[in-house]
Amino acid sequence: MERLPRWADVALVPFVSLMLAAFVAALVLLAIGQDPWEAITVMVQGSLMTANGWGYTLYYTTSFIFTGLAVTVAFHAGLFNIGGEGQALLGGLGVAMVCLFIPWPHWSLALIGAATGAALFGAAWAAIPAYLQAKRGSHIVITTIMFNYIGGSLMTFLLVDVLRPQGKMDPATAEFPAATHLPSLADMPGLNLFFTRDVPANVTLFIALAAAVAVWALLWRTRLGYQIRAFGKSEAAARYAGINATKIIMVAMLISGGLAGLMAINNVMGDAERLLGNSASGAGFIGIAVALMGRNHPIGIVLAALLFGFLYQGGAELGMWTSIPIEMRIVVQGLVILFTGALDVMVRMLLVRIFALFPKAPRAEAA
Amino acid sequence: MIGTDSNFAIELKGISKAFGPVQANRDINIAVPRGTIHGIIGENGAGKSTLMSILYGFYKADSGQIFINGTPTAIPDSQAAIRAGIGMVFQHFKLVQNFTVLENVILGVEDGALLNRSLAKARLELTRLSAEYELDVDPDALIEDLSVGHQQRVEILKALYRQADILILDEPTGVLTPDEADHLFRILHGLRDQGKTIILITHKLREIMEATDNVSVMRRGTMVATVKTAESSPEALAELMVGRKVLLEVDKVPATPGEVVLSVQDLRVRDEQRVERLKGVSFDIRAGEILGIAGVAGNGQSELLAALGGMMAATGSVTLNGAELPLKGAGADGQSRRLAGVAHVPEDRHHHGLILDFSAWENVVFGYHYDPKYQKNALFMDNAAIKADTVAKMETFDVRPPIPTLPASSFSGGNQQKIVVAREFEQDPDLLLVGQPTRGVDIGAIEFIHKQLIALRDAGKAVLLVSVELDEILSLSDRIAVMFDGKLMGFRDPAQTDERELGLMMAGMTGKGEAA
Repeated sequence: MERLPRWADVALVPFVSLMLAAFVAALVLLAIGQDPWEAITVMVQGSLMTANGWGYTLYYTTSFIFTGLAVTVAFHAGLFNIGGEGQALLGGLGVAMVCLFIPWPHWSLALIGAATGAALFGAAWAAIPAYLQAKRGSHIVITTIMFNYIGGSLMTFLLVDVLRPQGKMDPATAEFPAATHLPSLADMPGLNLFFTRDVPANVTLFIALAAAVAVWALLWRTRLGYQIRAFGKSEAAARYAGINATKIIMVAMLISGGLAGLMAINNVMGDAERLLGNSASGAGFIGIAVALMGRNHPIGIVLAALLFGFLYQGGAELGMWTSIPIEMRIVVQGLVILFTGALDVMVRMLLVRIFALFPKAPRAEAA
Repeated sequence: MIGTDSNFAIELKGISKAFGPVQANRDINIAVPRGTIHGIIGENGAGKSTLMSILYGFYKADSGQIFINGTPTAIPDSQAAIRAGIGMVFQHFKLVQNFTVLENVILGVEDGALLNRSLAKARLELTRLSAEYELDVDPDALIEDLSVGHQQRVEILKALYRQADILILDEPTGVLTPDEADHLFRILHGLRDQGKTIILITHKLREIMEATDNVSVMRRGTMVATVKTAESSPEALAELMVGRKVLLEVDKVPATPGEVVLSVQDLRVRDEQRVERLKGVSFDIRAGEILGIAGVAGNGQSELLAALGGMMAATGSVTLNGAELPLKGAGADGQSRRLAGVAHVPEDRHHHGLILDFSAWENVVFGYHYDPKYQKNALFMDNAAIKADTVAKMETFDVRPPIPTLPASSFSGGNQQKIVVAREFEQDPDLLLVGQPTRGVDIGAIEFIHKQLIALRDAGKAVLLVSVELDEILSLSDRIAVMFDGKLMGFRDPAQTDERELGLMMAGMTGKGEAA
């Protein structure tokens, strides 16, 4: 069928979708008697116009990069991993174990250890649905969703009955030792000129960016990535080529779960510095929207994660400085997901029609 | 706008249609006289299907006009086409498998919410149509119980029931035995004699010669000629299609078979529903020999290729150069087969042979992606080397356009097949499995692929050729085996058999006419 030019496909379609989402959000605001212009001003002011705002926006962005990459790796293998939330929760458990039970001399070593723990625990949580999919044909969407609930319950049990220090009331682990505290962006030479107050965004941001590069290299430069993408495009063709389906499903899901788990070094180790209940707080689900909007490409994911980081932080500002209810942030996120994800085809068709109005001279013979 | 000569059932004037940069139809003019069978022939990608899709309302032409019986007619969708009296029989039937013939015929044109009246009316009409056009189909049979030939007749009945005066058939004989094809042509002649107008789209020159009154030839989106069939010849039409002289006969020297390369004993395959599809097949292929497997699609040929190619578990015994090949479990996969020296051009290039979203260079290593020559180091593939390799293969096999980064889906059918063939032929295999090597491939590419196959044979490879095209089997094979219902009906020497005998064997009769 008719195609859009590449620049329109990667830039114009998301932009138009975003504008439509903003437009509908403005209508909703008008309908509840609020001023849309004030809302957008507050959101931009609070998330992008101050160093402190950026400190939060980038913190959220970091988490979303991890969960977005997690969805993408599985997606390229033709698997829809909705279990990022549960895998991130379990990743938090891995971080807590490493930080609490191993005496670390320095935060950099602790970071390596905690990252390993986070990835292993996240991967382990993805391994069971992956195995059930590969060997029993149990649909991965169903099993990963259920594993989110199981993971949540497991964490509640562990935090209330096992890991809670004696004499404490709240379901959380003890504070991690000071040697495991990660430097925030305000602690870094050079960056501290910009971030003059402590911010939650921390060194994990760079790990997230490195992970984006690594995922790109994995998918488009290695044989494993080639096999993952081939399997994801066509299982039948993969069988013809002799690509082992069980292996690809398992490996792709382990990497996916590991990436989701890695998110925990950002929120658990980098920010909370102890493990709390519901530590992932929805970032696993946001990852699905980030991957959708980022077209399952690491560059797109970093940009989409930044957008959702802005929406998250800007939404929080709305709740703080205006009488717009905090729920509005969920409405806005929902609209963005709706227009960039679900209604993508609608926007695309619209643009195809518009482009068709300006036909170019035919360049090639019929193929 | 009346005033067009209304002796024409269909007139297309100046039809053009572009898909992005590709001009699929360029200023097409065609006039089809009422009550004739009009063939449209052309290579794959010549624009036949696009033109018919415009006529049936799937696409909107960028410019041009359609006249039906002399009246300018807009056809924005298929409903409008049906109202204009156009019926289409697609290559892939659009029937509900677990409905009866009657239910399929009235689907979408019921008279009301309650079906009884519609069914009764349709039954009467169907009986009349069946008798009139030699279409004998049991109105109460379930579609899934009918042969492919009968299913096709149901499609024709559907069109007639919707009062089609103009019938378009898209590659109608691809799935039929020679006998069924002959029957179809008798039906079409009957319809024509009753005043219906028929457009027959095909790439088979023989069918054009047998069945049509006039023929239009398309090439690269343009209509190059319309001639009276009786005043033309297959050679002349082929030349018009391709734009140069074409060798229709395959040029080859007699085979000089060597040692047995592949030996298959009592090979059996069950499908996922545990139905036995291959019921004990045994044969040998020698080095420098092409064994052709003839048969109507769906009689176990696909399973034979899949089992030998490591795509499907099987039982029995298969040896390659004396070494046993595992038929299930470890070692029974596509990669192990390739390592053992088996190359495989699969029957379905879209499903198996290619990943359409992948670029040409990614497809050129498909199945051979573990090959050390494509790795840069332990971690990364050597994409530059693969692209260079792709450029070389594209040149040797004349793939057009020779752009390695173009997605496979952007190539025409013939060029897609050349990509697969280039990949598999260039691996220097001992055994080559080839399924439908020229399905949906244009004449020029067919000629090329046939030459390459013969060259491989002459280089001492063993070749197993599966094709539903009898012409192809007859002209390429050194020995022919006919497959029916999962079994081999017998072996024939291509020099001492003919389509008639093979056709009978394909229908389950032995050469002497009795049932097997």
